[in-house]
Parts: sequence; structure tokens; C-alpha cells
Amino acid sequence: MRVIPDRIFPDSGEALNFIGSILMLSGGGIALAALVLLASLAQRFTFISAGLLVELLGLALIARHYRIPQKGRR
Amino acid sequence: VTLVILVLLCILLMPLAAAGLALIQQGLGRSRSAAHAMLAALCTLSVTAIIFVMIGSAFAAYSGAQAHIVSIRGVSWDWLGSQPFFARKFAASLATSPFNGLALLLEMFAVGIAAIIPLSTGTDRWRLAAICAFSALFAAILFPLFAHWVWGFGWLTQLSPNFGLPAFIDNGGASVIQVMGGLAALSVAWILGPRQGKYTGGVATAIPGHNIVQVLFGCLLSLVGFIALDSAASILFRGADPLTVILIAVNATLAAASGCLAALLTTRLRYRKPDASLTANGWIAGLVAGSASCAVLSPARTVFVGFVAGVLVAFLVELLELKLYIDDPAGAISVHLGAGLWGLLAAGLLAPAQAGSRGALLLTQLIAIATLLGIMFPLIHLGNLLLNRFIRYRVDADGDWQGMDIRELGAGAYPEFVMHADEFVPR
Repeated sequence: MRVIPDRIFPDSGEALNFIGSILMLSGGGIALAALVLLASLAQRFTFISAGLLVELLGLALIARHYRIPQKGRR
Repeated sequence: VTLVILVLLCILLMPLAAAGLALIQQGLGRSRSAAHAMLAALCTLSVTAIIFVMIGSAFAAYSGAQAHIVSIRGVSWDWLGSQPFFARKFAASLATSPFNGLALLLEMFAVGIAAIIPLSTGTDRWRLAAICAFSALFAAILFPLFAHWVWGFGWLTQLSPNFGLPAFIDNGGASVIQVMGGLAALSVAWILGPRQGKYTGGVATAIPGHNIVQVLFGCLLSLVGFIALDSAASILFRGADPLTVILIAVNATLAAASGCLAALLTTRLRYRKPDASLTANGWIAGLVAGSASCAVLSPARTVFVGFVAGVLVAFLVELLELKLYIDDPAGAISVHLGAGLWGLLAAGLLAPAQAGSRGALLLTQLIAIATLLGIMFPLIHLGNLLLNRFIRYRVDADGDWQGMDIRELGAGAYPEFVMHADEFVPR
């Protein structure tokens, strides 16, 4: 399923790279927002951990984007 | 005066870390790119030194200097230094306090060491012009931004007064130098792709390094450089007592030793014989992981940190090469990024929690890790992608095969190794 139109990302792999980068930035944003908006240690810990997980998901998507062509390269 | 001389001496020994890393990366690359690898390290140090002092130091700034501050919900976020460009006030500031001068000198070497890290990932295929362009970008913007947050009294060092959390622990620059360099290495590895012939039919082919003796000698040089770096940064930026240098030296050596032995044992158990290059990686991984908490951890705990780093690196190298298809000839991503992140986490888990609970200290370390992955990596990767549009990173297919020495420098590193047919003719 193509979520991003082809005219924006002619190669569907680019979409993975883009979405992965956005997810990594979002994860960083969640962590920083938790620091500012939340007061208790437990709440901050939960949201900052969630932010880290979002970042790792983004990293995994970027890794997948680069893994496909590299696997095929001779 | 004694303190200034001690710190100055430590800083002047820091280039040995760069020399060690350069020897390791060229030794683990192919002989046909050896001269190019060493020249690239020299060019990186040259570009980063000039660009950092001219531009980057203005953004890195130092404790007590002017800075750009944003106020959110009544909390001041010191996010970027604001010093004059071209180090214009440098000479004048030396008259009042040597601190700024020493900090500038340390950061000038530190940015060079950090920028050398991705070179080992790009060995055998990263063009010299692109290396210089990346080094300039790294020294002008990327490194100073994070260095200001950690070393320049930026928001990461102000978590205590602003949010009631313990201070971020990174005594020896594990985040500023090692993880930043490791993130750059990951980005470069992805953009460059693997070397020709590395993956055939989806199966990884071993391309062994050409000079393991130089690699192991580089490890010994790095030990001195890392002890110097850890000591100077701890005293300058964390206010460590000068006598702590003794503890730092002991801890750094123990971390390297345990990392080395852990990698040796792991490879011995997995491959039946110890692997010299992975053992060298374990040594450096121990130094990297130990640098985060070198001035606060007990020797016994440092041994544990180094040991885990050594085991981690042996598995990470395999994971990156075989599962993620990342061609990292010298294992820089595993060593500097993997072990660096482990070192930061270990500091939160094992360092004495002075102000606040263990959970709060761990949270502080996690915030720094989230910042590195969520803010600095996208910036580094975006910078690399943009640069690659203007200055092609990867050498063409012929150059990949010929080797970077012939392709870019016109001469090989070891001309006497060329075999001539007449040498084998009986006389």
C-alpha cells in the first residue's frame, strides 16, 4: 500500500527515509515536551521512554530504506 | 598555574587519540587506499581546526559566555552560544582567565577526533573533497551545537536548576565526541553504500584489513590520547579535582583492558580463535564506554562497563554487517555509537546518584540519548544528504576497484609491494 503519492516520492524507498526521519524528530520532540510539560518522575520516565521508542522505530525505517538497495548491490 | 599546566599537558596529548584512530581505520582498510586514509585523517584535522576556531567556536561558546536563550514556560533554554566569529576576543580573554583558551584548544582537538570517526566507515570509497566538505559542516555547526549543550553550559547541563534533575554525566565526551562521531559514521555508511564486492548475492564477503600490526599499535596510542582527553574534559568542564586524573587513568586503562579481553573471549568462543581486529575494536569500545563516567565510577564498576562494551561490539559488528548490510570496515559505528550509548546508559545505572534518586539520574541520561538520536542524528543525516547532492560522496565504480590511492592521489602507499614479472625469472 502506498501511503505517500508517487509524485512526492517517485521511489517508495524515499518515503521510508522521510517518514523515518520525521519519526526520529518526533521522538526527540516527545522527550523534550515531556521534560517541559510533566512534573513527576514516573510520568517523565514513561514519556521519554516512549519518545526513545519512536526514535528507534524511525531509525529502523531508515535502516530498512538503505538495506533494500544495499542488499542488491554487487 | 599548576592546574593550567596539567590541563594543557593533557590537551596536548589528545592528538594521540586521533593518531590511534587514524592508524586503526587505515589498517583495517585495503592497502590500495592506505595513503588516502591517512591523508584524509590529516585533512580532517586541518579542516576542523580552522573551521571550528573561525566559525564553530562562536556557537560552542563556554560557561558564562553570551548565548541565545529561549524561554519556555518560565524556563530558560540556553540552546546556542553567541560568541564573535573568527575567535576575535580569544587573545583578550586569555589575559583575564585561561579557561576559555583551554576550552577552545580542547574542543579544537575534540572536533577533529569526532570527525575522524566516520572516516573509518567510508574507507575505500569516500572521496577526499566530500570528506573535507563534511568535516567543515561538522566543525561549523553540528559539533558546536551539541558541544554547547554539554560543555558550554547549555540546556543539558542546566537540567538541575531548571527541572530538578541530577546533572548529566559525561566526563570524557562520550556523547559529544564518540556518539556524535558514531552517528555521523552511520549516516555516511548509509549514503555511501557498501564497497564493491562486499555483498555477493546478498551474502557478505570478508574484506580483511591490510595491516593488523598498525591497528594494534593504534590501540596503544589511543589509550594515551583517551586518558588525556578524559582528564582534560573532566577538569575543565566538570570541575573535577586535579588528583582525579589518577582515577581517570586507572579507569580508562581498566575499561580498555576489560573491553579487549571481553571481545577476545567472545570471538574465541564464537569463532574458535580470537579475532585480532574485533579485539582491537573491543579495546577502543572499552575506552569509549568508560569515558562517560571515568571520573566518578569505581574501578570495579568500570571493569564491568568495559567488559559489556567489548561483548556488545563483537555482536554489533556482526549484526550491522550481516543483517543490516552496513559495510563498516573498521567497526566505527559499533565501537563509537554502540559503546558510546552504552557508556552513557551505564553512567545512569552505576554512577553514584548524588542529587536525587537513581531513577532521576537514569532519566537525565535517557534525555541526552533521546536528544542525540532524535535531534542530532536527523540534523547530521540531513546535512550529509544535502552535501551529497552538491559534492558526490562516493568514488565511481572504477575508483572503487582501483583503490583510492591511485584514483585520487595518483600513487599507492606501498609502491614496493608491486610485483614485477622479472623478479621471478631465474638469474
